[in-house]
Amino acid sequence: MPDSAATRAGTPGAGPDPVVEMTDISISFPGVKALDGVGFRMFPGEVHSLMGENGAGKSTLIKALTGVYGVDAGEIRLAGEKVRFHNPAQAQAAGISTVYQEVNLLGNLTVAENVMLGREPRRLGGIDWRAMRRRAAEILEGLHLDIDPGSLLNSHSLAVQQLVAIARAIDVQAKVLILDEPTSSLDVEEVAELFRVIRSLKERGVAILFVSHFLDQVYEISDRLTVLRNGQFVGEYLTEELLRIDLVQAMIGRELSTLEEIGTKVHSADRDTSQDATPVTFLAAKAVGRKGAIAPTDLTIGAGEVVGLAGLLGSGRTELARLVGGVDRTDTGQLTVNGSPLRLRTPRQAIKHRIVYSSENRRAEGIVDELSVRDNIVLALQADRGWFRPIPRKRQDELAASYIEALNIKTPHADALVKNLSGGNQQKVLLARWLAIAPRLLILDEPTRGIDVGAKAEIQKLVYSLAENGMSVLFISAELEEVLRLSHRIVVLRDRRKVADLPNDALRVDDLLAVIAEGASEPELETGAAS
Amino acid sequence: MSAVSVPTSGVGRLWSRTVDVFTSPKSGPVLVTAVLFVVMFLAGGARYRGFLSATTILNLMVSYSYLIVLAVGMSFVIISGGIDLSVGSVLALSTIIAARLLQFGWNPIVVILLILVITSVLGLLVGLMVHVFEIQPFIATLAAMFLARGMCYIIAKESISITDPFFSWMAKTRIILGYRMSITPSVVIALVVLAIAVWVLQYTRFGRTTYAIGGGEQSGMLMGLPTSRTKVLVYVISGFCSGLAGVLYAFYTLSGYALTGVGTELDAIAAVVIGGTLLTGGYGFVLGSALGVLVLGLIQTMITFEGTLSSWWTKIFIGALLLVFIILQKVLTSRRA
Repeated sequence: MPDSAATRAGTPGAGPDPVVEMTDISISFPGVKALDGVGFRMFPGEVHSLMGENGAGKSTLIKALTGVYGVDAGEIRLAGEKVRFHNPAQAQAAGISTVYQEVNLLGNLTVAENVMLGREPRRLGGIDWRAMRRRAAEILEGLHLDIDPGSLLNSHSLAVQQLVAIARAIDVQAKVLILDEPTSSLDVEEVAELFRVIRSLKERGVAILFVSHFLDQVYEISDRLTVLRNGQFVGEYLTEELLRIDLVQAMIGRELSTLEEIGTKVHSADRDTSQDATPVTFLAAKAVGRKGAIAPTDLTIGAGEVVGLAGLLGSGRTELARLVGGVDRTDTGQLTVNGSPLRLRTPRQAIKHRIVYSSENRRAEGIVDELSVRDNIVLALQADRGWFRPIPRKRQDELAASYIEALNIKTPHADALVKNLSGGNQQKVLLARWLAIAPRLLILDEPTRGIDVGAKAEIQKLVYSLAENGMSVLFISAELEEVLRLSHRIVVLRDRRKVADLPNDALRVDDLLAVIAEGASEPELETGAAS
Repeated sequence: MSAVSVPTSGVGRLWSRTVDVFTSPKSGPVLVTAVLFVVMFLAGGARYRGFLSATTILNLMVSYSYLIVLAVGMSFVIISGGIDLSVGSVLALSTIIAARLLQFGWNPIVVILLILVITSVLGLLVGLMVHVFEIQPFIATLAAMFLARGMCYIIAKESISITDPFFSWMAKTRIILGYRMSITPSVVIALVVLAIAVWVLQYTRFGRTTYAIGGGEQSGMLMGLPTSRTKVLVYVISGFCSGLAGVLYAFYTLSGYALTGVGTELDAIAAVVIGGTLLTGGYGFVLGSALGVLVLGLIQTMITFEGTLSSWWTKIFIGALLLVFIILQKVLTSRRA
């Protein structure tokens, strides 16, 4: 186990004093020691990335700094002075502002209010709406965000909402700005825009804490890295002095060769099967579509085949998946399963046909926070059996135990509440729930979003082995590498219609990007796939 | 969703803007209510002699000034995502406290102040139950409802009439606005309360925090807003308004009775919902709630004018209207989600 005296790289000799210094921070939750003697510091004008797998304690550390959680032990110093925040308002008043992973804004209020709430300009004892809108418009302009500050926030896309959240944080005149996964819902241009803003804030001397699962982004923007693992401090490094491979190793803690092995195994084995003849068609969709969601689209999925859906955010990936999974009704077209036509009105009917949709929205449409790991795992199976035939407790325990072991779910015990698990483990619980009903077609919508490298590799491996055992998988991910690695065939969507259906042989990310970007005319596509 | 292509002509732009305003979950329902009110008023005027006049509206305000005050308090609670079932009982409680204490010969001003303190404290207790013990507002206010109703019977089982000169003066005084147009002081009080409420909700941090809680309490808390204080205060306001409404009701009826105001909480909720406030919180205008009261009153008046219909038809119309509005809200919010 690493002691806190581990790597402390690059203490600037004559440099500025740290603006934030957290020492020996410990926080416990029922059954979990979330942080154990962790140290963390931030310097003015520096971007400091907090790295670690899910469950490493990043979120907990951030919440300790922002006053959401109290600390059990240890101290926090802000500009040399010892502080203790009891709520986020105090931290904010002290100059620490935060943009959380989920957009924590108020959709029912205007954009201007969301930027300014809590420090509205006042006139004659009341809020001065005109000044507020003007001020908000200035800030948004500084972010090159051209939206009406008087419009309701929830009339805008998630990416815009994220930028509004950042606009809010910037306006607080923060000394410390915490960005927790700010880029997960942004596209490439928006990320570039965000980084431009971050750099200008750096010049103003703001200390920025940056959390992201995208290593490229971390290396592009950050000056310093701190790695946590299982609630413990692993080390602090200067970005330029740390090789990526060493970083990943520090984060995962196991020998990197193991990870590479997983990677290559999936990859090479994948290559083998892609040589096989076309598999028997399990599901065929003919011109299925839904007004306002996706144009009529053809889609076939063979037994034991992994079909990847690629496309940008909003290209209709999720919409198509929801039609196939019976979540939304189709307006047009016909689904055929094993040769017989099928009309799906509810997910329940889909499940009866062993077609399962696992939502991208893990928290709201996936796990049930307040139930135990065991209850979450047996949920779909029980619902499928009908509530008048309860699954015997013994059988439930067996099921839970077997999936916890098979999927390597990190939980203290099967009775732990799912909300206390990390994102990656919650995702595994969700997978276990669907696997328990032995699906024929598993639709995975962004199963690896927001989870760490290790869990990601495990899930990829799992998908691969499921397909090998004859299960069909429709796999959606924003990460093209992942789609390429897992899929036998890739369907590319753009602007809510299908633009290509490519067999995955020797496809490269660049090829795929080109198709997504250009919507490639057919002949070009052929040559692209053939080369 | 529907990306409206910006029309170039002025008329087209005005039209798309109008469509936008009417389909926004924020302003849509209240505008529909306003249109409905005007249409009902004109239809009534076409059908009944003497209906289409300011007198009709002023009479409504005289009869329903207490309900306007109740609806104001209820708006705060519902916008914050809660509900207050106790307002009818608290109204009854304050009429009966007033009647009994005046019977003892207390000074009417002292009585009124005492009532407002008692009902505010009751609201405070409800707010603390909701906030500190995290009891659902439905349950906490249900408890308060039974408590207040029970206390009414402890004070007096029978109806007590009020003979106090100040109360009588308030009941009889008419402020003349023009030919056959007059209002009572109660209407002035209700309108002042309404004006203050509009200002508080729109122009104070407390008011905006109330909306924030309705929109997402967790988010509001993370944004550093004083959500706990606001949540408790919302119930204090509702308690205060119920007390004041009770006083206005006592002015109006010159009596106190344990059985008054049974079901009035539902009238207040109906008025708030018809006035465009979302039952799940986060959207709504207090002016809309006042408009909702007038719509309810107008239905009642029209049925009276009709003459042949039983007064139960009022309930049926209100029920149907509520249903329409709740569906409308559902459609508007899901479209924007």
